[in-house]
Amino acid sequence: MFPFCFEWAWDMSHMVFMGGLWYALGIIGAGLTFAIVKSIFDSTGGGHGDHDDLGHH
Amino acid sequence: MKETPLIPEGVKRCSKWQFSLWMAAATAVLLWGVYAMFLIWYKGLNQTNMNDAYGFALWIWADLAVIALGGGAFFSGFLTYIIAKDELKNIINFAVIIGFICYSSALLILAIDIGQPLRGWFIFWHANVHSMLTEVAFCLSCYFAVLTIEFIPLILENPRISQKPFWHHLSHNMHGIMAVFAATGVFLSFFHQGSLGGVAGVLFGRPFAYREHIFIWPWTFFLFTWSAAACGPCFTILVTWITEKITRKKLVKDNVIELLAKISGWMILTYIIAKSIDTLYWAFVTAPDRGFTLMDFYASPTYNIGILFAEIILCGFVPGLILITRKGRENKFLLMTAVVLAVVGVSLNRWVMVLQVMAVPMFSFDDWYTYVPSWQEVATTVLPVAYGIIVISLAHRYLPVFPQEKELNPID
Repeated sequence: MFPFCFEWAWDMSHMVFMGGLWYALGIIGAGLTFAIVKSIFDSTGGGHGDHDDLGHH
Repeated sequence: MKETPLIPEGVKRCSKWQFSLWMAAATAVLLWGVYAMFLIWYKGLNQTNMNDAYGFALWIWADLAVIALGGGAFFSGFLTYIIAKDELKNIINFAVIIGFICYSSALLILAIDIGQPLRGWFIFWHANVHSMLTEVAFCLSCYFAVLTIEFIPLILENPRISQKPFWHHLSHNMHGIMAVFAATGVFLSFFHQGSLGGVAGVLFGRPFAYREHIFIWPWTFFLFTWSAAACGPCFTILVTWITEKITRKKLVKDNVIELLAKISGWMILTYIIAKSIDTLYWAFVTAPDRGFTLMDFYASPTYNIGILFAEIILCGFVPGLILITRKGRENKFLLMTAVVLAVVGVSLNRWVMVLQVMAVPMFSFDDWYTYVPSWQEVATTVLPVAYGIIVISLAHRYLPVFPQEKELNPID
């Protein structure tokens, strides 16, 4: 539910419940995005990680 | 060009036909459950034996039990990534897989239980922000996403997938920020495990379940989180032991199992002391205030006082005391007895807090309510077991789940 939905009310219950959900989803989304973007950089040669050795495969 | 094998390097697996036969048996059971599941979706909840007295029944017990047993994932993750117990890195992959199976099973059971799975998203869009079950649904879904994220790097370590640079880097980068996901998982687990207990504790119309509160949270809120963190690791140890017996290989070193068992033992012991205090206060203060004596709740042949003894003494104090002693942990028979008792104990607690709550008569003219699940309910509850066996079998065969396996089982 978002604040622009007709059921929304600016009360403590909505802010705590929905705020908690968005907070958790935000961390998960940001973490995942960071890992994917960094992997694209690393695999296209843009990264400087020390883990691009695929020799054991 | 030589093709990269699917099976990880340096480990031995059973032959393809043996594996196929094993998978066929598990798939047959799975299909039985899937058939019952479609029957329920097609014909409706009249396929169950739930009634006005039992709005919560076998499925909700199974749900609460698998969520508690899957608690090994969040607690092991907490110990590994936040407390930095490095030895547990040798079992964390398997704990995550077990957690993934438990939570996906819980969501599947809920999808069957709501009768109209196509409307499952209503709980997010039309959320009832005064319900503890809304919080459970939010945290359950988010934590399942976290477990999936924790599982993905392991899948990407399959030799065939890992040879592609992007997947290889993604696996590495996800590992790098796993502490963030693990911390999020602990936060989510604390609240949904607690709220599942809170649901029972706030039922002021049912004195068997109702408990005193700290602010808005009844005692059951804290006891459910505590018991899941205490007994979840025991389930991880139990499934590891079963996997070792089936594969006839040692997969995890004893010191890792014993460390997890020791932490679990202290958690169980402290939990069961808190549970005993809660039970005594409920029996001598809360319930009498509402006109009930303790024995009113145990006056049925099925739900007699033995169930309380089994939950607190046999499946609480006994495993806790075994697991905190070095001799208890080092003796394989005692260790596995304690682990089984702890798993049974937490499942029994969830049974009592779901099924016995429904069974206890609320008025003097009421009798004890009875309920026997239909075969469709049983089949859909067995379904996650078959699904779990299939996922674990595939993961063990194709993924490097146990880092110590090569060292413990050298190939000549």
